[in-house]
Amino acid sequence: MLEQFTFVGFLFLVALFLGLFMFGVPWLLRLRPRKSSSYKSDPYECGLRPHGEAWVQFKAQYYIFALVFLVFDVEAVFLFPWALAYHHLAFYAVLEGVIFILLLTAALIYVWRKGALEWM
Amino acid sequence: MDFLRNAIVEIGLWIEGLLINAGLAEPAADVIMTVVGAFVVGFTPLMIVVFLIWMYRKVSARIGGRMGPNSSGTWAGPWGLVQPIADVIKMFTKEDIRPQGIDVIPYNLAPIIIVVAAVMIWAVMPFGPGAEMVGADLNIGIFYVLAFSSAALIAFLMAGWSSNNKYAVVGAFRAVAQLLGYEIPQLLSILIVVMVVSSFVGPQGNPLSLQSIVEAQEGMIFLVVLPLPALVFWLASLAEINARPFELLEAESELVAGVQIEYSAMKWGMFYVGEFMGSVAVSALFATIFLGGWRGPWVDTAPVLGTVWFLLKILFMLNVWTFFQMTLPRLRIDQMLAFNWKFLVPLSLFAICVIGVVNKLIPEGATSWLRSGILLATNVVILLLAWAVLAIGKRRRELRAPAGAGVEVGA
Repeated sequence: MLEQFTFVGFLFLVALFLGLFMFGVPWLLRLRPRKSSSYKSDPYECGLRPHGEAWVQFKAQYYIFALVFLVFDVEAVFLFPWALAYHHLAFYAVLEGVIFILLLTAALIYVWRKGALEWM
Repeated sequence: MDFLRNAIVEIGLWIEGLLINAGLAEPAADVIMTVVGAFVVGFTPLMIVVFLIWMYRKVSARIGGRMGPNSSGTWAGPWGLVQPIADVIKMFTKEDIRPQGIDVIPYNLAPIIIVVAAVMIWAVMPFGPGAEMVGADLNIGIFYVLAFSSAALIAFLMAGWSSNNKYAVVGAFRAVAQLLGYEIPQLLSILIVVMVVSSFVGPQGNPLSLQSIVEAQEGMIFLVVLPLPALVFWLASLAEINARPFELLEAESELVAGVQIEYSAMKWGMFYVGEFMGSVAVSALFATIFLGGWRGPWVDTAPVLGTVWFLLKILFMLNVWTFFQMTLPRLRIDQMLAFNWKFLVPLSLFAICVIGVVNKLIPEGATSWLRSGILLATNVVILLLAWAVLAIGKRRRELRAPAGAGVEVGA
């Protein structure tokens, strides 16, 4: 097991090398001179100078979707051990898993009926 | 001839033999071979991407009925083969414009994370039969892949938020909504495969390791056994790699370029490469899980053919991806969210329940052909049910909506 993670570690170094190479070589070569002016380095906003703050407030809707995601992600965490042991489970244990999924489906239906999945 | 049959493993053994003959201790030679393996595995996706940039231009030009790189007016080598190299040189030599007011560390870290995450996925891909042809056949293989494929979300969020640009911030918001949401159907469709693997390969296999998923497809590939999870996985993966029709993060007609808007030169190039690497990784994953990975004719006699079949399957899936890219329009954000939460998630939850129960009801001693047939029938029935529910819902909405109210929104 440890040997395999040694490989993963080495691959991480290779990947980091690739990323830093692509990132660093143009920076080191600097074939084009960097000429900066206040207009040129403005953030792009359809040609006009930017107006106001860029860091606007999050729309609350995204937050609701993140909450729904959290429910189902945790559900997946619980379901994967069940799926892993699936072959060794008796039939009633599979049915228990199905009941667990149905309970969460009820949550999804509740969220749906409440209108939280509509984009406004 | 015997050498050629298993060429890749034999070359590895030969180099290791050379190292030991040169006076190296065996553990040291092992470490060096691991490093060499890491280099080979790390550079494989990059090589495929260089090829893919060329192929994407060719195929998209053919689909669009326009001129490709070999006939675009500038000489780009025979069949336009030099085009990717020209692209790289252009990218490396362009001026790197850094806008005002950015958050420097996340801004520069984002492109690196995207490339690193896309390369890391390849550690667990089985390139051929046997333990030598996998970088690391981890016992948590699928989890490892899913963890690194969702790292792109962090990179998009960092890039969008740190760019000091309104378009980029909106792109980052969308990245969160889309990439988080589509992770659920992706996870759930793989869950179905994990459940079924043991029934085919027996209790000794580890259903999370990609190599035993390939071994489980000895009788029949999973695309035929489980077409519904395959479809859900492919659609959710397209959304995960930000490909059309789920291209909302960079929607060029509304967000200009979304999260990538303030990136220039090679930093933008890294997003470009990362996107292509993501599509290669998803194609490889689909080929491994649903198309049988390295399985194909004559692999038993010549294991090196396994690598060839695997690469050909990746190539096929990349062509499917290109076809999607060139023919489908982009979804709106409400359509994208509705398609996920109101269609893919309920569908895959329902499929888990039904396939789990049906597969358990098939007696243990059933042949793999019988099991495949029953599972295929179950999948087709679920798909027909889903289609019927969609059709009924559409009809009800049409009846409820007043005449001439316009096109109904949502899935």
